[in-house]
Formats: sequence, structure tokens, C-alpha cells
Amino acid sequence: MIRDFEYFAPKTLKEALTLWDKYGDESKIIAGGQSLLILMRQGLVAPEYLIDIKGVSELNYIESDSKKGLRIGALTTHRTIEKSPVIQDGFIVLAEMERRLASIQTRNWGTIGGNICHADPAGDPAPVLIALNATLTTASLKGERNMAVEDFCLDYFETALEHGELLTEIQIPAAPPHTSTAYTKFNVIESDMATVGVAVSITLGSSDGICQDIRIALGAVAPTPMRAKQAEAALRGKKITDNLLKEAGEIASTEVEPISDMLASEEYRRELVRVLVRRVGKEALARAKQA
Amino acid sequence: MKKELRLTVNGQPYELYVKPKTLLVEALRDHLGLTGTKRGCNESACGACTVILNGMAVKSCSILALQAGGGEVLTVEGLARGTELHPLQKAFLDHGAFQCGFCTAGMLMSAKALLGENPKPAKEQIKEGIDGNICRCTGYNSIIRAVTAVAKGEYKEEK
Repeated sequence: MIRDFEYFAPKTLKEALTLWDKYGDESKIIAGGQSLLILMRQGLVAPEYLIDIKGVSELNYIESDSKKGLRIGALTTHRTIEKSPVIQDGFIVLAEMERRLASIQTRNWGTIGGNICHADPAGDPAPVLIALNATLTTASLKGERNMAVEDFCLDYFETALEHGELLTEIQIPAAPPHTSTAYTKFNVIESDMATVGVAVSITLGSSDGICQDIRIALGAVAPTPMRAKQAEAALRGKKITDNLLKEAGEIASTEVEPISDMLASEEYRRELVRVLVRRVGKEALARAKQA
Repeated sequence: MKKELRLTVNGQPYELYVKPKTLLVEALRDHLGLTGTKRGCNESACGACTVILNGMAVKSCSILALQAGGGEVLTVEGLARGTELHPLQKAFLDHGAFQCGFCTAGMLMSAKALLGENPKPAKEQIKEGIDGNICRCTGYNSIIRAVTAVAKGEYKEEK
């Protein structure tokens, strides 16, 4: 049963920030509410004030620039991202990730910013954004801050947002040449969240095919989305072979700190990391060779 | 404290007063008496509460009614024209796409939204289109056959 609350529906970012600054801890922000309303119904979250920012249209946009990359407003829906020609053209991994996020109904109403701020370590967008080296902007009445997506999540359902601060934009840099990213998640029911999610981005040298840079981002295996930095180090600067990818998968499976729950045991999650890092790494490598 | 909510449901404008915590499914069922939309799991998993809001399929158990303010909602009651069933409804009947019928309203609305976006979906696209709707009798094949028949133009919409 949802507890009663007072409801505000600001139409501009300024109004939203003013209300959020005023009511702070007593309030919650709702965007699409596809995660929050479930928690409210379970009685896990019971705000006195609900600030509904879904109608703040200035935060709903996708803009791309061939040099600067992509900028996505925090209130852009999953479905808009999935269907965006700009994203299907230049950032296909984002569209692929969105297509497997929950159901069409949820993607039609839920927002990318809401998903990230909910900070569920099993969420799909964060690992992909971390692999893509994405940054984000937050705003409060005091001004703006920028940070890497990988620094945003601090713990289960906890973010770096401070009092009165809202996530406003996600930036994805234009990829260097010969770079490509792949993502997959393991789940039992197609519209479920990840039991384990793996995103890998690889940058190859222009002629030699040597791995210049690699980012391996994992979901649902730690309190926050995380990078497997030791596994990355095992591949960086080398010509990637299947054996090396296998080794990287093994290293990654020792870096994670998964829990056991009804979806999978800790051991099984480690096994999934081992297999999926290799598999997704292979896919990213094949794509990078063509990029 | 109740708030004013104006929205259009099945072409009919409504003005009602709801508590902010009222979900869209509650506004439709409990305030407007449109009980065709079903409340199943109540946590965004089953899709029985699917309605079309501003052209998009959404789960009405997971949207505050106030968030639909100013919007246009289509529910299963809005599919037929008078006594003339919608092509999807006819196809569901002909293909026996019901067992207990609890998922039907949601399935119809997801199928309607799918055909609105893509009038000629392939079988895989139909499966994807109803991916957010669970039929606990597992009668998916007959549902897919019914949607396929409409997509193939076997049921013309009477004007």
C-alpha cells in the first residue's frame, strides 16, 4: 500500500531544483517511476513529498556531434534511445542494451536518468555507459558538477548525488577509431534484470591490431557496477587472442564480489563472469576490427 | 489532499479528483469504472494492466494517474466501435486466443500498440511486442496466430 504524499509537478529544471532543495530528505524525485513506484508499493520508500520531474521537457533530448559525441538528457526514455537513428547509427550497443531492458511498456515510460539514479547494481545502462567511458552532469541551485559514470554509484541504491542535486545529462564521447563495444546480460526471463551483465569496449591500433585500450564493465556482481581492471590490464597493449580472453575471464571472475540470491549463487555468478567476459570480449574484438 | 486530473479516456474527456498516490489503473477501474483493464501482479511484471497512453503501451499499475494528466488513454473498452469489434478482438475470438482471459485486455493493447508502430510485424516482432505480457495459461501460440492474422490483413477495420 502506497502511503499518502504531497505531490509537485515542476515544469522547469529551476522549479524542480528549488523544490528538491527545500524538501530534501523528506522527498523523493520521480521521473518514469518504473523502479520507484514498486519500492513505494512495497513500503520500502515512503516520502512525504514526491517531486515529479517527468514533465521537465528541457531534460528530454538526444544531441550528437561527430567530434564531441553524444549528449542524452536525463529524462529521455529508454524507448526513445532504443529507436533513435543517431544511436542506432553511431552507438548501436546502447540500442542493443535498451532493447533487452525490461519490457516495451517499461521502456516507453522509464527514463535513462531514473534508471541510473535508482543505482540498482543489476541495471543495464550503467555497465554499458562505463564501458563507453561516459560522463554525467548533475545540477543543483549551487551549480553543476561533472563526473565519470563509474564514480556515480557508491553502494547498493546509493549515488554520489548530494542534497538538492539532480542528474541532468549523460555524455558519451565520440569513440576513437577502431573502437567498438559489446554488451550482454545473462537472465532467465527475457524481460528480467541481469543475473550478470558484461560490457566490453576495445580500441585497436590502426595497423597492428594491438589492443590500445580496453574497458570491461560488469553489472550485478558487486554493490555497484564495476570495472574488472586486472582483467583489462591482462589485455591492454597485447594482440588479443582467444587464449588471452579466456585468461581475462578467469581474472575477472576473481575480481568480482557477487552475492547469492534466488537468481544465482555466488559461485555461479563468478562462472558467468568467466564465460561472458570471454564471449563479449570476442564480440567487441570482432566489431573493433571492422570499425 | 486530492488533486484535479483531466484526461481523455477512449475519446471521452474526464475531470476527476484523485489522491496523488492513485495509480492510473486505479483511476481507470475504481474512479471511472472501466474494469476491462486488469490489475494482475501490481508490480510491473505481468502486463495485464497495459493501456495505451499517448500512443504508447504502458503498464497502468506503474504510473501515477497524475502523470497521465492531459494525456489520451485508450483502454480495451475503446477498441470496439459500438457493437463492431476491433479486428484484433475478432481475430482473438476466431483463433481462440483466450483461456482464462485475464491477460486478454493487456495482450490486445500491446498488440494494438505494436501494429500502430509496425503494421506488418514478423513473427519474432510480434513475440517481442507482447514480451511484457504474461499469459499464465501459456496460450501464447494462439495469441501470436491472431495478431499475425490481423497483420496479414485478414481482418479489415470497418470505417
